Amino acid sequence: MAKGKLEIKKMATAGSVESNDILIMISQGEGDIEIELESVVEKQFGEDIKNVIRETLIEEGITDAKVIAKDKGALDFTIKARVRACVQRGVEA
Amino acid sequence: MNYLNNIDVRTVKVLEQSEFPSKSQPKNKLIENAEELIRGLGLKDNAVVSFHHHLRNGDKVLNTIMKEIQRTGVKGLTLVASSLFPVHAEIIPLLQDGTIENIVTSYISGDLAKAISYGELKGNIIMQTHGGRARSILNGEIEIDVAFIASPSADKYGNISGVNGPNSCGTLGYVIADSIKAKTVVSVTDCLVDYPNYPADITEDYVDYVLLIDSIGRKEGIVSGTTKVTKDPIGLKIAKDTLKVMEATGLLKDGLSYQSGAGGISLAVTAFLRDYMIENNIKGSFASGGITGYLTNMLEEGLFSSLFDVQCFDLEAIESLKRNPNHIRMSASQYGNSEVSAVVDNLDIVILGATEIDTNFNVNVTTGADGVLMGGSGGHADTAAGSKVSIIVSKLFSSRIPLIKDRVDVITTPGTTVDVLVTERGICVNPLRTDLIEAFKKAKLDIIDIKDLKAYSESIMGKPEPIEKTDRIIGLSQYRDGRIIDYIYQVKK
Repeated sequence: MAKGKLEIKKMATAGSVESNDILIMISQGEGDIEIELESVVEKQFGEDIKNVIRETLIEEGITDAKVIAKDKGALDFTIKARVRACVQRGVEA
Repeated sequence: MNYLNNIDVRTVKVLEQSEFPSKSQPKNKLIENAEELIRGLGLKDNAVVSFHHHLRNGDKVLNTIMKEIQRTGVKGLTLVASSLFPVHAEIIPLLQDGTIENIVTSYISGDLAKAISYGELKGNIIMQTHGGRARSILNGEIEIDVAFIASPSADKYGNISGVNGPNSCGTLGYVIADSIKAKTVVSVTDCLVDYPNYPADITEDYVDYVLLIDSIGRKEGIVSGTTKVTKDPIGLKIAKDTLKVMEATGLLKDGLSYQSGAGGISLAVTAFLRDYMIENNIKGSFASGGITGYLTNMLEEGLFSSLFDVQCFDLEAIESLKRNPNHIRMSASQYGNSEVSAVVDNLDIVILGATEIDTNFNVNVTTGADGVLMGGSGGHADTAAGSKVSIIVSKLFSSRIPLIKDRVDVITTPGTTVDVLVTERGICVNPLRTDLIEAFKKAKLDIIDIKDLKAYSESIMGKPEPIEKTDRIIGLSQYRDGRIIDYIYQVKK
């Protein structure tokens, strides 16, 4: 369920670089969603992880953001949770 | 043909009084300059040189000696090292300039392993087992020209002891075969002691030269990073379930023989086993392998009557080796050589790890999820083959790296010798072991088909993209008996 369009107002982070977690850093974009991913499983799941981040952002109503993600093998539900937390922190003025 | 070759003894020349021998003198073996020694050895192109890994990631001997050899300009060497660690990345330039052409080892990790996976080695890498290495040296399959033995202490005639000296590492089990068979044996030490050095792991009659250098290594690097019981609740759950599996095999009784790796979950299994043995008053026969303080405590508590030690994993093990006569030094051949009577053949249970396991129970501990070399059998395939029950303990979900595959990247240990897999999400039994399936049912243990566990895992973490490999074979995974069980391919950068 897409929320109304939201805007990232400040840089925010969520998550960690512990095993099985992911660190998400979000900031204002340049008109669209840009994702920079560094992952221990980049070769195996790199595209999957980027897709989950993108879809979660859209679900949260974000269409303009720059995301830097450092992944240590997080599963999809962890990635979603970290992206959501990060968006909530980033949209607060 | 007999010793005298059937000659007529009356024709044999007898020494004249003038030819009688003088008194014999101690041999002069001590050399204090590495360059002088290496020049003197006169190594030729394509020579075979060997090293052991008891100093693990604290070893300085291999780098020091190989760089000295590089300066002589010989090319095409085969490096026979029992294991190679991140510290050995210093020899990558020797791959590139052709000094080292082939590598034979039982374990390799760090940047050197990566360089080989990306194609830097001109020849091939042969990945052996610990037992297979000893077998291939003792039976002449590999002929070593010079064995360089990192020696925590030596006297000037070459009595080498692993328990004396500032860099004591305990037993020297992996280098016994080299010391027996190499054409030239060099003890490399930073601790020269008075004659005689005792207890000697390798005695002077096997040693040709003693090279004194400033430092053979750093003692802190000897202790493996993983020799602590895990505190992770998932690891502890796996260990608890493994104890239930062991109990269900019916082997947890007097006379038990046991081996586990030094990984966190394996050590937790050992800790739970100790409690179980005390509670049920079980007196085991022996524990074997790389030895940790957990096992030496169990020895001193009388839970095992002896320990067979091929390598001390921590300082407690080294102290115990000095103190306890039933803490027994074991060579790699006695450990796992498939051509002789070996300790692994009398093992009841072995606990092992896995990077990957496939639906045929083949295990990979040689390459990582990215296909790059990052390990090797060590004693994995030896103990899996010898034990009555081999148990793989591993997390199903660990940093999104899939454990169960249709086919492992490189087969280290054949599935025909792997019996049980214990994960946090279920226990799988090799269908070949109908006896165990029966026993586990009786014990009311839940068993899941390995294919179902794989499907469950993929439903949560997704199906990984296959690893990109080139067509170039860079090496072979050699089974303990010398046969080849898999190819190792170069990985795309």
